[in-house]
Amino acid sequence: MTVPEAEAPLAVELVGITKRFPGVVANRDINLRVRRGQVHAVVGENGAGKSTLMKILYGMQRPDEGTIRVDGKEVAFRSPTDAINAGIGMVHQHFMLADNFTVLENVVLGSEPTRAGRLDRAEARRRIRAISDEYGLGVQPDRIVEDLGVGDRQRVEILKVLYRGARILILDEPTAVLVPQEVDELFGNLAELRAEGVTVVFISHKLDEVLKVADAITVIRAGTTVAEVSPADVTPRDLAQLMVGSELPTPETRESTVTDQVQLSVRGVSLDSAAGGRRLLDDVSFDLHRGEVVGIAGIEGNGQAELVELLIGLRTPRTGTVLLGDTDVTDWPTLRRREAGIGYIPEDRHRQGLLLPSPLWENRVLGHQSRPPSVRGIWIDRRSARADTRRIISEYDVRTPGPDTPAFALSGGNQQKFIVGREMSGDPTVLIAAHPTRGVDVGAQAAIWEHLRQARSSGLATLLVSADLEELIGMSDTLYVMLRGALVARLDPASVTPEQLGSYMTGAALAQGAQS
Amino acid sequence: MSTTLEAPIAEPLRRQGIRGVGGAQWLLISAVILVLLSFVRATTGATDLTSDGTIGAALTLAVPIGLAGLGGLFAERVGVVNIGLEGMMILGTWFGAYGGWQWGPWRGVAFGILGGALGGLLHAIVTVTFGVDHIISGVSINLLGAGLARYLSGVIFTGHSGGGATQSPPGKGAISTFDVPVLSGGWGSPDVLGSLEKHHWFLISDLAGILRGLTVGVSWLTLLAVLLVPATYLFFWRTKLGLRMRSVGESPLAAESLGVPVYRMKYIGVVVSGALAGLAGSFLVIVGANYYREGQTGGRGFIGLAAMIFGNWRPGGLAAGASLFGYADGLQLRQKSAVHGLLLFVALLLVLIAVRAVLRRQFVQALVAAAVAVAFALWFSLSTVVPSGIVSFTPHITTLLVLALASQRLRPPAADGVPYRKGEAG
Amino acid sequence: MTGAPMPVRKPRSVDLAGLGYNVAALVLAIGVAVVIGGLAVELSGHNAISAYRLMLRYAACNQADSSTPCTADSVIDIINRAVPYYLSALAVAIGFRMALFNIGVEGQYRLAAVAAAIAGVEIHLPAVLQVPLMIIIAMAVGAIWAGIAAVLKVTRGVSEVISTIMLNYIALGLISFILSSYLSGNNTDSNNLSIATPDLPSASQMPGFNRLLHDLGLLGSHPDQVPGFLLVAAIIGTVFYFVVERSRFGFDLRASGLNPFAAQAGGVSSARMIVITMLISGALAGLVGLPYLMGQAYSYSSEFPANLGFNGIAVALLGRNKPIGIAFAAVLWGFLERSAQILDLNGIPQEIYVLMQGSIVLAVVVAYEIVRRAKVRRAEREVARQVPEALGGAVEVTA
Repeated sequence: MTVPEAEAPLAVELVGITKRFPGVVANRDINLRVRRGQVHAVVGENGAGKSTLMKILYGMQRPDEGTIRVDGKEVAFRSPTDAINAGIGMVHQHFMLADNFTVLENVVLGSEPTRAGRLDRAEARRRIRAISDEYGLGVQPDRIVEDLGVGDRQRVEILKVLYRGARILILDEPTAVLVPQEVDELFGNLAELRAEGVTVVFISHKLDEVLKVADAITVIRAGTTVAEVSPADVTPRDLAQLMVGSELPTPETRESTVTDQVQLSVRGVSLDSAAGGRRLLDDVSFDLHRGEVVGIAGIEGNGQAELVELLIGLRTPRTGTVLLGDTDVTDWPTLRRREAGIGYIPEDRHRQGLLLPSPLWENRVLGHQSRPPSVRGIWIDRRSARADTRRIISEYDVRTPGPDTPAFALSGGNQQKFIVGREMSGDPTVLIAAHPTRGVDVGAQAAIWEHLRQARSSGLATLLVSADLEELIGMSDTLYVMLRGALVARLDPASVTPEQLGSYMTGAALAQGAQS
Repeated sequence: MSTTLEAPIAEPLRRQGIRGVGGAQWLLISAVILVLLSFVRATTGATDLTSDGTIGAALTLAVPIGLAGLGGLFAERVGVVNIGLEGMMILGTWFGAYGGWQWGPWRGVAFGILGGALGGLLHAIVTVTFGVDHIISGVSINLLGAGLARYLSGVIFTGHSGGGATQSPPGKGAISTFDVPVLSGGWGSPDVLGSLEKHHWFLISDLAGILRGLTVGVSWLTLLAVLLVPATYLFFWRTKLGLRMRSVGESPLAAESLGVPVYRMKYIGVVVSGALAGLAGSFLVIVGANYYREGQTGGRGFIGLAAMIFGNWRPGGLAAGASLFGYADGLQLRQKSAVHGLLLFVALLLVLIAVRAVLRRQFVQALVAAAVAVAFALWFSLSTVVPSGIVSFTPHITTLLVLALASQRLRPPAADGVPYRKGEAG
Repeated sequence: MTGAPMPVRKPRSVDLAGLGYNVAALVLAIGVAVVIGGLAVELSGHNAISAYRLMLRYAACNQADSSTPCTADSVIDIINRAVPYYLSALAVAIGFRMALFNIGVEGQYRLAAVAAAIAGVEIHLPAVLQVPLMIIIAMAVGAIWAGIAAVLKVTRGVSEVISTIMLNYIALGLISFILSSYLSGNNTDSNNLSIATPDLPSASQMPGFNRLLHDLGLLGSHPDQVPGFLLVAAIIGTVFYFVVERSRFGFDLRASGLNPFAAQAGGVSSARMIVITMLISGALAGLVGLPYLMGQAYSYSSEFPANLGFNGIAVALLGRNKPIGIAFAAVLWGFLERSAQILDLNGIPQEIYVLMQGSIVLAVVVAYEIVRRAKVRRAEREVARQVPEALGGAVEVTA
């Protein structure tokens, strides 16, 4: 790590930025000074206000107070166009790509080369190839984005920014979807960019990565800047202390509670793709025991989502069986599975977990609309549902005025705690948990881990799908790796490292194993 | 298919899109249809199946459907579902008739476009700025369009000769027509196709009839409308603005993050959509009837939308859909008995589809096609005429069938119909 | 993250405030329509205020001026117009509550009315059986016709918006086919050229309430009946409320409408809900033509009222898809239609009522959306005020 030159001029300077939303101050008096040609990390936990700050810098939101200076000149961005013209580019956490467009169309959109009024595809292709070669991105301009993997898409996003001639690059949680090996590749790319004099603003909450890549670090907590530090001067522990005021929670489980009683058994399950081609699930088999947490690792899009939906009854397998205890539930609809004791924490709480405009007590009923206390006969039992919602609110520490509050008004962490509480109601024997702590604050994360641990020790069998490798390694009793729809490895979480896990997830470890 | 029934509906279907059918395939399909039609014409003696009169009528009937379909395309490519096309088309008929009555046909066309565009502007304000559900806004605009036309007629047309609460006075003059020289006798040249058609030779006369129908007595407005199809293609897939507008329909977040003004693109698309619906309406008035009459659009706005879906949100496919519906309409107008011959045509076409399915080892599909083919053949042989009530809904039932058979393979813009609010990207 | 959670009971007055928002939206929308209608009157060279006064007096009194005594004829006429709109809007509303668009009420009610008209002539049972049988036939036909769209959506993924629109046109063609075949086999009077089914026998007619009301001393004698279907509509409206708002089925329905993916994950079968809801919607649509058929015209003819289905959509939107709101909206629709009739006699085009109806719908959907956003903002502020830590470590609003 080179020692940053303190004299390097400021590329970006944010002074006293404040941004309010209804009822909330997202950013309060934030200051950020980024020197030219450096990788500057902005760290903070989920919901600390990093994304809002970056949206302000990229012209997608306008600050209520404060000033922005780029290369020493004060600017007022009205839209991303203004930011782009000032040489700022942003790689978003959720990729901003039109799936049905080609790479070329996605890249040139908004700054298209034209000739005689027509879109000049040849020129666009030439420029994209040139940039791709210069930075070793390996992007093919004529492929449809839909067909690309996660890493390729991220490189397209970076190319989009470089194509616009950006000298200041904002990367918002760029490593969230990458395995350790891909993270290293990305850091290689960043090193090249820095060598070319590009400034990088790197948003993350993964402290090890930040310390590895950054020249300077700004810490944000509860919407405001709390420190500016040099990576040479701090340890991960110091950073955590600055970031959340305490140590970060760790997903460690205590002594094993695994029994030999099989609670859920998946046998030879396959699922065809609707479009034909490669199978979504390929001969998947595993057992889930009482008191056990089985973790599924894998790069997103390798069949984990399909497996989860299949287990909760949203998909029917082409072949294979699913046994709940001794009962064949392969053809059971979702509600019957839930009644039989399967709980489900969905990957995307807004999409599959909640009725956002409805009050919490109605959300409590969802998934339990055939069982007390939610119903009496054919009628919804409003009184009991409200009462039981109050129980969840208090047991799971959901911060809300009451059961009549609409779900959308809660923070992600509180929404997620509520969902966990709901799914634990009715004493399930099996819990399907997909990314249970994704995008929640550390307080909620610690609480959810603790609830999962307690449920495990009282005998719950949990299937844990996650992209957070530490969560997987820490919480699981057994760990499987999923690749192209198949379970390709069974690992011992007690001995495996994130790097090893990553190489299984990409298939690299398997290829090496085959060679040796 | 059972695997997708309970699953989130949109995701798995999205992956398999038809990315346009190649030119060779179009040619082959057209050739097969031509041969089959000729065969049926020769065996049943229903000469109007391929006569220039039928085709000419079909062209005139297809144009408003196609224009409405292009209107639908412009809106849905920017991600706004426009079920209000019918109402905008009604505005087009009324304003078109008003302009035609006051100043003559071309001003009428301009007025019709303006009327439709106003409807489009309203739809854009309601759906884009206020974020109201697109279907609800569209339905409301249909009601408002009909109401406004009725009110304005009551106030403005009543009391003038030929005018009333439900009808306008006739327009001043008409848009002139032309015959294509060399082929169909324009500019005093010999009418080659006409003479070929008279002989009733298998295939040759049929082809001549079809070509003559497309080239004789063509209104300049028709020519303009037909040219709008390739123009739309070039616009959306070959220009900068076209790419930006499509991006808004596919991924408004991506577009906004690159500085594409999403609202402006949507406004342009929806207003042009209304303008095209208005043009479709004024075409009905100026070329079709020379006056406005209540109920004149007869649901063509909806049929246009159906043609667009039939065409998989692409101009070429849309034109094919509009031609199909126009042909069914035209045939029914020209010769009711010829519609009966069409039953045999459908039966034969289904036999071919069944054979193709067998060759591709899709046996269930083959069986269904064969069974339906038999049903049509029986219907053909056991009756002599198709009741007019049933003929009238041919386009609608065709639409349903096409959707039922092909909807899994259709590929609408990814963000079609999804309300979008500025500043949500990121 | 300290402090015990505070399950503060949300005060009831919040709901009242919510209602206030909705009423404000409605008043705003009607205000917009009144202004547009008034402008239209002024543009046609008349005084808007006096035109509105004329309309109100005519609707309330059936008289254009105060010199002659009032009668209830206008009120009865408004009820007769409102009942079909009410039924039609309920048919639309049950679909809307789960984000299912039945644009096909138009075709469903007409086809159902034809079936009932023919059944009423062909079947001979005592009135106590005949009338319910006709109602059941009409509901069944409506349900079947809507069911086609449901099946296409569930099995083939065809949007119900397009399929129901297409089915409307197919229904019209089918009706002309059915009528021409039925009448050609049945028409003994060769001079009768009009396309109309034979008149219903008295056993197939729905009695009105005039006799009862007269005997109670509430009503004088009037040419038009207070429709018997008023009672049917009231019963259905009540059942609608309890089923949709209070029952488990209603919960599944609303959940599917709010978030179909969450509903599925919660065990609500979307396919099943689509089919059931569409069948109910179609069955309700089947009732729409009956008040006119069995209580006024007694035959199906080319004069049978059209557009009841499309207006039902408007009435449902205006009434927020709730029975009480819809009742109000249906009466408003009937009022506008009836009261506008007096305008023609005074040289003002009565078509301004169509213009007003159209502008009310558009204004109200915009107003409701504005209100929805205001409610969201208010709820967020409310939560932040009551429980600041509800937003937890997150100080960023993601809703």
